[in-house]
Amino acid sequence: MIINHPLLGPRDSAEFIYLGDASLIDRPDPEAENRDQAFYEYAYLRDNPAGEHRELWFHEGGDRSWLVVTRNTVTHEITEVEMARDVARTRGRST
Amino acid sequence: MRYSGFNVIKQALTGHKGWKPAWRDPEPQAHYDIIIIGGGGHGLATAHYLAKIYGQRKVAVIEKGWIGGGNVGRNTTIVRSNYLLDGNVPFYEFSLKLWEGLEQDLNYNAMVSQRGIMNLIHTDAQRDAFIRRGNAMMLHGADAELLSEQQIRAEYPFLNFNDARFPIKGGLAQRRGGTVRHDAVAWGYARSADSFGVDIIQNCEVTGFRIENGKCLGVETSKGFIGAGRVGCAVAGNSGRLMSMVGMRLPIESQVLQAFVSEGLKPVLPGVITFGAGHFYVSQSDKGGLVFGGDLDGYNSYAQRGNLPVVEDVCEGGMAVMPMIGRARLLRMWGGIMDMSMDGSPIIDRTPIEGLYFNGGWCYGGFKATPASGYVFAHLLAKDAPHPTATAFRLDRFQKGRMIDEKGVGNQPNLH
Repeated sequence: MIINHPLLGPRDSAEFIYLGDASLIDRPDPEAENRDQAFYEYAYLRDNPAGEHRELWFHEGGDRSWLVVTRNTVTHEITEVEMARDVARTRGRST
Repeated sequence: MRYSGFNVIKQALTGHKGWKPAWRDPEPQAHYDIIIIGGGGHGLATAHYLAKIYGQRKVAVIEKGWIGGGNVGRNTTIVRSNYLLDGNVPFYEFSLKLWEGLEQDLNYNAMVSQRGIMNLIHTDAQRDAFIRRGNAMMLHGADAELLSEQQIRAEYPFLNFNDARFPIKGGLAQRRGGTVRHDAVAWGYARSADSFGVDIIQNCEVTGFRIENGKCLGVETSKGFIGAGRVGCAVAGNSGRLMSMVGMRLPIESQVLQAFVSEGLKPVLPGVITFGAGHFYVSQSDKGGLVFGGDLDGYNSYAQRGNLPVVEDVCEGGMAVMPMIGRARLLRMWGGIMDMSMDGSPIIDRTPIEGLYFNGGWCYGGFKATPASGYVFAHLLAKDAPHPTATAFRLDRFQKGRMIDEKGVGNQPNLH
């Protein structure tokens, strides 16, 4: 697979480390009432779809940036690559 | 018809006209006591033990393709019980014992070959860890044997003992481990289950579940609705897909694992060798091909094919530990989809929906577990209570902090 890095252009996926579903960006509020259930679901449960999947990749063998890659888990086709920090900010994370 | 030497001779003398199909091809009935979704090794084994041990006769196995077309035909055929943790060892040892009697139980030649499995040791720390593992195995009645470098040199003189990074300093052997002809496992279980009256319904895809008042009443399929008292799901690889039909999110990611086979060679490799440090393991099939594999590709996939970086990594591992493998040509490679669970261990449990049971999360250890998985899942379906060897494989263990994490790497499925 080739991941089209927003800053560096097309890179071999072997340069990257895979973390998992991009929903990991949305860390639950540790002060919330339902925090036990929320952190259990956050840490352990996954949608695991067959089809389009937004996921986190780390460019370990490159600029060490985190990316959100939209990829089809049936065909391995990559349709969108974003900087994870941009995604996180639009979702209300400060960092 | 019972298979025997006498029958082979009799058929040979009468033109082989008496052989019958090994199982029927029935249309689904309107209602079964128990429906098993998934005609792979685990589903068919469940049907066999439900009928033979638990006396259930109104049972159907529903398979979307053909039986044995999934992971039971895609693995590297190794059986073993060399685990460390209490939740795992008794279960896998139970499985290995069932393997030892499988062919007599099924009246089917599954080519069970206890040729032994050996994990290589490269450092003092690794030797300590393997001694601990061997002791844990022996405490649970499994066999384990610590091998010195000299013993390994006598058995496997062709290994690379003086590698600069991973010199071979010993090994942990399990002599009762080995290999089994994987397709024959599916066929043998199917034939046996069918002989007890289990309906094996192929080319019948489950499209949904009928659930009323929190109780599962049956399954919607491409051949119409089929009612059931209880429904068991054994579709590892596609568990996420199936259980999403009832709105369940699982502690599982589906990932692709590749396997490889070389051209046929004369016998060179007596047992199974695992080179964990280099992400490589290998055995030789009875047909002569070197069967080997390594790590997961490491990302979510339902594609049943992997990518080239892992091919390169596995071949490098092979060259590092067994340089002569470089003279063999790679014949085929393929991918299978693994239910990678969040602690590397399986789940065999009830679901929150009454009458719906789940068996999955086998990571890449599902094949060796086939007989025990079928046995304990049959127990769960027949008695609505977990089998004594599978009490730890609960769906809620992640919430309760009772993970069974052999590697201790946490909720990162591609590291298990």
